[in-house]
Amino acid sequence: MDFADSSEHAAFRAELRQWLETNLPEDIKVDDAADQRVASDRETLEKRVAWQKQMHAAGWVGISWPREYGGRGAEFMQQVIFDEEYFRARAPVLPTANALNLLGPTLIHWGSEEQKQRHLPRILSADELWCQGYSEPGAGGDLASLRTRAVDRGDHFVVNGQKVWTSGAHFADWCFLLVRTDPDAPKHHGISYLLVDMKTPGVTVRPLVLLNGHRHFNEVFFEDVAVPKQNLVGPLNQGWKVAITTLMFERSGAGGRDHAAQIARLAELARQFPNRQEPAWNDSHIRQQLAQLAIDVKALQVTRLRGLTRRLRGEPPGPEGSILKLFGSELALRIADFSSTLLGPYATVDAPTEAVPDAARWHNRVLGARQYTIAGGTSEIQRNIIGERVLGLPKG
Amino acid sequence: MDIGFTEEQELLRETARKFLDAECDSRFVRARMAEGAAVTDEFWQKLAVQGWLGIVYPEADGGSGLGLVDLVVLMEEMGRRVMPGPFLSTVLLGGAAIAEAGTSAQRREWLPRIAAGEKKAALAWTEPALRWDAAGIALPARETEAGFTLSGTKLFVGDAHLADVLVVAARTRDGSTMEDGVSLFLMPKDTAGLTITLLPTIDETRKLCEVRLDNVALPAVFLIGDKHAGWAPLSRVVARAAVALCAEMCGSAQQVLDMTVDYAKLRVAFGRPIGSYQGVKHQAADMLVAIENAKSLTYYAAWALDQGVDDGPLAVSMAKAAASDMARRVAGTGIQLHGGIGMTWEHDLQLYFKRAKASEVAFGDASWHRERIARLING
Repeated sequence: MDFADSSEHAAFRAELRQWLETNLPEDIKVDDAADQRVASDRETLEKRVAWQKQMHAAGWVGISWPREYGGRGAEFMQQVIFDEEYFRARAPVLPTANALNLLGPTLIHWGSEEQKQRHLPRILSADELWCQGYSEPGAGGDLASLRTRAVDRGDHFVVNGQKVWTSGAHFADWCFLLVRTDPDAPKHHGISYLLVDMKTPGVTVRPLVLLNGHRHFNEVFFEDVAVPKQNLVGPLNQGWKVAITTLMFERSGAGGRDHAAQIARLAELARQFPNRQEPAWNDSHIRQQLAQLAIDVKALQVTRLRGLTRRLRGEPPGPEGSILKLFGSELALRIADFSSTLLGPYATVDAPTEAVPDAARWHNRVLGARQYTIAGGTSEIQRNIIGERVLGLPKG
Repeated sequence: MDIGFTEEQELLRETARKFLDAECDSRFVRARMAEGAAVTDEFWQKLAVQGWLGIVYPEADGGSGLGLVDLVVLMEEMGRRVMPGPFLSTVLLGGAAIAEAGTSAQRREWLPRIAAGEKKAALAWTEPALRWDAAGIALPARETEAGFTLSGTKLFVGDAHLADVLVVAARTRDGSTMEDGVSLFLMPKDTAGLTITLLPTIDETRKLCEVRLDNVALPAVFLIGDKHAGWAPLSRVVARAAVALCAEMCGSAQQVLDMTVDYAKLRVAFGRPIGSYQGVKHQAADMLVAIENAKSLTYYAAWALDQGVDDGPLAVSMAKAAASDMARRVAGTGIQLHGGIGMTWEHDLQLYFKRAKASEVAFGDASWHRERIARLING
């Protein structure tokens, strides 16, 4: 049992921290990186693209990718340290983060040489942006029920159907898309994985504005969209297997990493904020809730480290992994709820106020945090997964 | 970074599990509940042979010199079997206080004999006012020419009725802080003026006592460590025992979850195993989440105390708050998901529920520790 960095890892952490302190521009820093992972407008997007290019030039993008594909071949623990330091510095999620984390490793494992040469360098340099075409109106938690159809027309596929909850599709140049290529096969065995140029005729992106007014998600419609055969990733009808790797990445990373900073800020507000004439901190109910959130943030952090240790040791995933998404997302929601307990009406204002300069942040959390217990598999699905796959209870 | 156990620790776990499976089944535990001692001489000697009774004492004092992280492994296994008897009170409280604060002569006198299973100890620190901080130590020890005279009541003292020696925390002066003026004393069981009454408490596998001191005169050599400076070592002992208890609570809760999952797979209602219903399945999932998080915080606290890192006190309170809430919820949900059979005397869940309740409120409950956390994070 050792929670401390090795001297090598400590040096890596120090080098990265120093580089971020020197280079991260003030005007692109974010309070809650996960909430703001899609840029709010094109100007912000362009600043972030420039930031990614700067990082790429310094060799800090895609560090866990193999060297032959432009990465550093960083070991897993370095990637963990990278993520910790990156979010600690309040750096924004990179414009191609979904491709760096999900598509890139999939292409490296399953892609043709041509696909790798074509796409991997542009993912690293943010010359092309990607969106993830998985969820559909009738296939969310039960993703394998997806119905977007791709029909074989000799040298190309013709795609028809609809995707939904497509983050950043309005900025994307490309989409990594799951389609049904064999409607007669059992549902997991008739799916294929395609790369689709978003400029192809027949692709329509329609905004899906969230309840906090953010344009983050979209609906994407495919109407007789022609996709060349060479854009198939992995074997035909084995797209589920191809995609599973990326889904595992999404579940293990979900839940946000910025909880500790939120707790620190809420504690600060509690000491300053006059709630019924006195600082809110003087109310034991407030102190109890803050302490509980601090406990849960620490628990989540250590549970995550236990899961990482298993992975580093090459052991099969333990129960730690499957509880992170459930507990982390519900914790994010409880923090948001607490902010309105603490701040009262100030948490309902979408603008800076004198007493609470960052009122809008908490207003946004109250609304935006609702997505975390839904996106990437709802809490209900997560409890089924834990009940069935970890505890071995029978399916309903 | 490596947040897992070593091969040696896993071996200790395996050995402990085999030993306790063989020596500490529920029939054994129930037989001990019915007795005042809650332990047999034979069982205690077997623990000594295993090396457990001196596990955390320095090798020079007859122990094995293992750390808190090693102890966590053992406590989890003891918790799985609701091991009865005075292990916590003798080894981790009374004996540990002598190890932490005692002179070399005091350590030499008691620790090898505790490790060998020849003597038992207990720690009398809490009082009827029941505070878990230094202000809770109010019982006065007046200095006399020959030594000290102590009068007052210590309450909820674990296994005092079995102890050959009590370590008593008392106030020798009202210092500038509550911490200043606490002193620790050795008090052999036959000391005049000492009256020990066994309390009928919820967990009969781990007995609690009232200890009354009526003008108890102690020679000066029975002072442990420096006069007035007993709180620091006492708080270190209590912190380590609290973390050990958290580990035991995690082990017990894991067993409750395992029993509940087994039952939910077998028990059929409306034509299906009850575990297939989401109303049951989701509660079982929540039990697991609570247990895993309590384990995480317990492991971190154990490491933090072993390493002496700055946030050790915070880590202890986080672990105990989480374990206290977790233990109550898991044991309670275990009964709920078993239905009526879980409410019976015959079913072993009662052992786990009662231990969970007793442990929940020992060393401060969740609310008390959350309040302490708030103070600590407030800087």
